[in-house]
Amino acid sequence: MENLIALLIAAPLLGAAVLLCGGRRLDKAGHWLGTLFAAASFGIGVALFTDMLGRAADDRTLSQKLYTWIPVEGFQADVAFQLDQLSMTFVLLISGVGTLIHVYSIGYMEHDERRRRFFGYLNLFLAAMLLLVLADNYLLLYVGWEGVGLASYLLIGFWQHKSSAATAAKKAFLVNRVGDMGLSIAIMLLFTTFGTFAFGPVFASVGNATEGKLTAIALMLLLAACGKSAQVPLQSWLGDAMEGPTPVSALIHAATMVTAGVYLIVRSAAVFNGAPDAQLVVTVVGAVTLLFGAIVGCAKDDIKKALAGSTMSQIGYMILAAGLGPIGYVFAIMHLVTHGFFKAGLFLGAGSVMHGMNDEVDMRKYGALRKFMPVTFVTFGLGYLAIIGFPGLSGFFSKDMIIEAAFAKGGTQGWILGGVTLLGAGITAFYMTRVMLLTFFGEKRWQPDAAGHEPHPHESPKSMTVPMVILAFGSVFAGAFFEIGERFLKWLEPVTGYEHGNSPVSAMAVTASTMVVLVVGVGIAWSMYGRRPVPVLAPRGSLLTRAARRDLFQDDFNHVVLVRGGEHLTRSLVYVDHSLVDGVVNGTAASVGGLSGRLRKLQNGYARSYAVSMFGGTAILIAATLLMRAV
Amino acid sequence: MSTLTAAHGLSALAAAAPADRIPAPHIEYAQLAPTLIVVGAAVLGVLVEAFVPRRSRYHVQVFLAVAALAAAFAAVVGLAAGGYASDKARIAAMGAIAVDGPALFLQGTILLASVVAVLTFAERRLDPAAHGNRVDSFAAQAASVPGSESEKAAVKAGFTTTEVFPLALFAIAGMLVFPAANDLLTLFVALEVFSLPLYLLCAVARRQRLMSQEAAVKYFLLGAFSSAFLLFGIALLYGYAGSVSYAVIADVVDGTVQTVDPALADTMGNDALLLIGGALILTGLLFKVGAVPFHMWTPDVYQGAPTPVTGFMAAATKVAAFGALLRLLYVVLPGLRWDWRPVMWGVAIVTMLAGAVIAVTQTDVKRLLAYSSIAHAGFILAGVIATSAQGIQSVLFYLAAYSFVTIGAFAVVTLVRDAGGEATHLSKWAGLGRRSPLTAAVFAVFLLAFAGIPLTSGFAGKFAVFKAAAEGGAGALVVVGVISSAIAAFFYIRVIVLMFFSEPKADGPTVAVPSPLTMTTIAVGVAVTLVLGLAPQYFLDLAGQASTFVR
Repeated sequence: MENLIALLIAAPLLGAAVLLCGGRRLDKAGHWLGTLFAAASFGIGVALFTDMLGRAADDRTLSQKLYTWIPVEGFQADVAFQLDQLSMTFVLLISGVGTLIHVYSIGYMEHDERRRRFFGYLNLFLAAMLLLVLADNYLLLYVGWEGVGLASYLLIGFWQHKSSAATAAKKAFLVNRVGDMGLSIAIMLLFTTFGTFAFGPVFASVGNATEGKLTAIALMLLLAACGKSAQVPLQSWLGDAMEGPTPVSALIHAATMVTAGVYLIVRSAAVFNGAPDAQLVVTVVGAVTLLFGAIVGCAKDDIKKALAGSTMSQIGYMILAAGLGPIGYVFAIMHLVTHGFFKAGLFLGAGSVMHGMNDEVDMRKYGALRKFMPVTFVTFGLGYLAIIGFPGLSGFFSKDMIIEAAFAKGGTQGWILGGVTLLGAGITAFYMTRVMLLTFFGEKRWQPDAAGHEPHPHESPKSMTVPMVILAFGSVFAGAFFEIGERFLKWLEPVTGYEHGNSPVSAMAVTASTMVVLVVGVGIAWSMYGRRPVPVLAPRGSLLTRAARRDLFQDDFNHVVLVRGGEHLTRSLVYVDHSLVDGVVNGTAASVGGLSGRLRKLQNGYARSYAVSMFGGTAILIAATLLMRAV
Repeated sequence: MSTLTAAHGLSALAAAAPADRIPAPHIEYAQLAPTLIVVGAAVLGVLVEAFVPRRSRYHVQVFLAVAALAAAFAAVVGLAAGGYASDKARIAAMGAIAVDGPALFLQGTILLASVVAVLTFAERRLDPAAHGNRVDSFAAQAASVPGSESEKAAVKAGFTTTEVFPLALFAIAGMLVFPAANDLLTLFVALEVFSLPLYLLCAVARRQRLMSQEAAVKYFLLGAFSSAFLLFGIALLYGYAGSVSYAVIADVVDGTVQTVDPALADTMGNDALLLIGGALILTGLLFKVGAVPFHMWTPDVYQGAPTPVTGFMAAATKVAAFGALLRLLYVVLPGLRWDWRPVMWGVAIVTMLAGAVIAVTQTDVKRLLAYSSIAHAGFILAGVIATSAQGIQSVLFYLAAYSFVTIGAFAVVTLVRDAGGEATHLSKWAGLGRRSPLTAAVFAVFLLAFAGIPLTSGFAGKFAVFKAAAEGGAGALVVVGVISSAIAAFFYIRVIVLMFFSEPKADGPTVAVPSPLTMTTIAVGVAVTLVLGLAPQYFLDLAGQASTFVR
C-alpha cells in the first residue's frame, strides 16, 4: 500500500509535465487531461484512506522511501514520504477540492486561449502541495513549500497582460521569500541541533535540545508560516493575489496553500510544545491577524478582496488554535478542513457571479442576483451560513471548538484570546452578511462595463455549478459529521495529541455567547445594508472604514519602513561598496598595474642588460645556496 | 668502480695509459630507439635537402618528420609497455642515459607535442600565395638579407625553407636526451643539440624578419652565456666528485664514496665546489625553463620567433628542461635538499609573481603568452620543490597538460591576421568573438586552461602541483601561487572580455581558414585540454606510475 504514496504526487506531476511540454496539440484535450490526473490522485488518496481506516489507530502511519537524495556523510537527505492521519486529511482535502476546482475551471476558463497552460500550473500546484504534506523530512517539505510558492506566483500572474496581475504575483513572491528565509533558517537550525531533518528522529530527540534553541526554531517556523499563510506581519500579499483567476483564489488562496502554515506548525507540534514562549507569539499572531483580516473584510467593496480578508481572518483562527498547543491542534485542522469546503464554495460562488456580471467585482454594482442565479445563490448562501457559524453547519462546530479551546488556555491569556475569538465571530457575521446582502439582495445596481455592455446575469454552466453544489454539501454537513462522536478528534489525536484544558466557562456558555455576537453582527449588517438602499458609489465612510479600505495601511507601512528603509540601506551599502570595497580592490589592481608598468621597463630589449640580470641572478643564487649552508 | 672509471670521457682519458686498448662501448640500441629514430630521420632530412628536387621536398620532409615522430612515440610506448618505466628501469649507454619512468613519460610528451607542433610548421594556407606558390611561416631563403633583391628573387622562385623540418628533428632529439641524461656531459651535449637548431629556427620568420633575427641573436647570446654557466658548474662538480656521473656525484654527496681519483684528492669533498657548482648548473637549467631572473630572453624571443616555432619551443623546451631539472634535483642532489630547497622557494615565488604581474600590462598576445609561460614555470617549480613522488607526478602531469594548451594557443595566434601578417597587438583582437565566434571560443578555452579554471587541464595540473607542494610543507608557496593565479586570471579573462564584449574594430583582422594541419593541432589542443580537465585521474595515475627515477 505504501508504494502508492509516490503515485499521489506523481499523477499531477506527470500531468503538469505533459500539459506544459505537450504544446499546442494538447490545447483541445488539455483541460480534460489535467482534471483526469487530479482525479487520479484523489482516487489513490481515497484508496489509501479506506486502507488506513481498516487499520488500528496506532498503526496507521505509512512510509515510503524513494531514494537517497543527498548522500553525504553526516548529511543524509532522503526523498521519503510519510502518510499519517494528518497528511491523509490534507491529501483528501487537496486532491478532493483540487479536483472539484479543476472541473469548475473547465467552464470558468473556457474562453481563455491559454487554458491548457492554466491546467498545467494547477497540476503543478497539486503535486507540490502534496509533496509538502507528504514529505517525511523538513528538507523535502521545503521543496514542496517552494513548489507551491512557484505555482502560486505563476497562477496569480496568469493574466500577465494585466500589469496589476504581474505586480501582484511579484509581490506575493517577494513577501513569501521573507517567510521562506525563516523556513530555511529553521531547517539549518534543526540540522545543527539534531543532526537530521527527518520528522521522526527530530521529534523523538526534542527533549535533548535547550528551550532557547527550540524557541528559535519555532519562531523561524512561525515566520515561514506567516509568509505562506498571510499572517501579520507578512499578510500584505494575499489581497493582491486576488488578481489571479477565481478558481486559483478558491484553491490556492483560500482552501489549501495558505493553510500550509497551519500544517507546518501542527506538524512541528513537538518543537512548539517545547517552546511556550514561541507558542505565545503564535497565538498573538493569530489573534492580531484574526481581527486584522475581519476588519479589512468589512470595508472592501471588491467581492474577492472581502473574501480574502475573511480568509486571512479564518486562518488567524487556525493559527491561534495551533498556538494553544495540544488543546487546539485538532481544532485548528478541523477548522482548516471545514473552511476548505465553505471558503472554496464561497470563492467559486463569487466566480460564478463575476462570470455572469461581465467580470465585475464591485459588490456595489451587484444587487438582487438571487433571482437570476438561483444555484449560485443557494450554494453561496449555505457557505455563508457555514462561515458565520449558523448552528448545525460546519463552521458552527469547528469555530465553536476553537473559541472554547481559547478560553481553555486558562488565565488572563485565556480570557483575552477567548474574547478576541468571540469578537472575531461577531465581525465575521457582519462582513459576510454584508457580502450576502450587497450581492444577492436589494435593488439592481448593475452598471454597463467599460466597453458599454449591459450585464445580463445568468446561471453558470453545469461544470461550474456541480462543484459548487458538492462543496455546499461539505459546508453543511462536514462539521456535524466530524463532531458527532468526536470522530475527528479520535482520528487525529494519535498524531497531534490532545488535552482538554480547563475552561473557566462552560461549553454551553461559549455557544450561547457565540450565538449572541452572531445575531448582533448580522443585525448590524442588516440595518446598514438591508434596510436602506445601497449607494453605487462608496460613501466616504468613517476613519476606520477608510483605513480598512486601505488594508489598515499595510502597504503604506511596508513602503515607509521596508522600502524606504531598504533603499537607505542599499544606498549606504553601495556607498561602502564604492568607496571601501572598490577602493581596496581597485587600489590593489592599480598597484599591481603600476608595479607591472615599472617592472616591464626592466625589459629594455638590450641583450647586455639581460645578461647582467642573469649574472646577478646567478650571483644571488650562489650566495643564497652558500648562505643556506652557513646557517 | 670499474664502471666508474670507464664511465665517461674525462675520467677515461685521465686514467688510461696510451698502451691500453679502449674497450668498445656497449650500447643498448633498442632502449635508445626513440632518440635514435629521431636523429636518423633528421640526418635523412638533411640528405633530402641535398638530393630530392625542390618541388617534392616539402611533402617528403613533412612525411619524414611526422613518420619519425610517430615511430619514436611507438618506441616509447613499447619500452614503457615492456616495463622499462617501472621494474626494468635502468641506465643505458654505459651510464649516459637513463631509461626510466620520468624519462619515458617526458619523451612521450615531447614527441606528442612535437607532432602537433610540426603540423603547424607545415601550414601553408594562411598567407595568400605569392607568385602562384603556397607559402608557410618561414622565410623563402633564410640566408638572404631581408628586403634585398635576392630575397625577392627567392620569393619569386617559390623557394621555401624546408630545412626547418630536419632542424626541428635535431632539436627534438636533443630534447629527448635532455631529461634522460644521466651524466653531466650528456646533459650538456643534449642542451646544445636542442638549443642550436632552435636559435636557427627563431631567425627564419617570413614576416618581420628583422625582429625574428634580433630574437635569434639575443637567444643565441644569452643561451651561450647560460651554457657557459652550466659548463662551469659541471667542471666544479667534477672537481668535487671526481666524476660527471649522476650516481657517483650523488654517492659522494651522501658520503657513501670517499675517494675516486687520487689526482683530485685535494678538491674532492670540498663543499664550496659542490654548492657553487650546483648553483651554476641550476642557473643553466632555470634559464631554459624561463624562471626569474633568467627569464628575460623569453618575451623577446617568443615575440620575434615565427609563431609555430614559438609554440613548439614554449611547450617542448619546457618539458625537456623541467625533466632535466627534476633529475638533477632528485637524483644528483637529494642529499643537498636542505640547501637548494629554500633557494628554489625564492626562485619559484619570484617567478610566479613576476610572470603574473608583468603580464598585466602587456599589449601583445605573444608577449602576454610569454609572461604567462614564465608564471607557469613558477607554478611547476612549486611542484618540483615538493621533493616527493607526488611532486614528480604532479610536475609530469602539469607539463603534459601545459604543452598542449600552449601549442594550441599559439596555433590560434597564427590564424588572426591582417595585411601585415599576424595581428598580435591585443587591441586588434577586440570583438573577435563577434566576428569569428568559434576561433574566439577556442582561444577562450585555452585562456581558461592557462588561468586554471575547473573543467580544464590547467585546473587539474595546478591543483596537483599545489597539493603536492602543500603536502611537502610548502604551504606559503601555495599561498603565493594562488595569489599569482588570481593576478594571472585577470589578464587571461581580460582577453576573453576583449574578444567577446568589445565592439569589433572597423579595420580589424580577419581569421584565416587554416588547412587541416593547423585545424588538427588546435583540435588536439582543445581535446587534450578538456579530457585532462574532465577526467584527469587516468593520466594522473599514469604520471604517478612513471614517477620513480632510476639511480
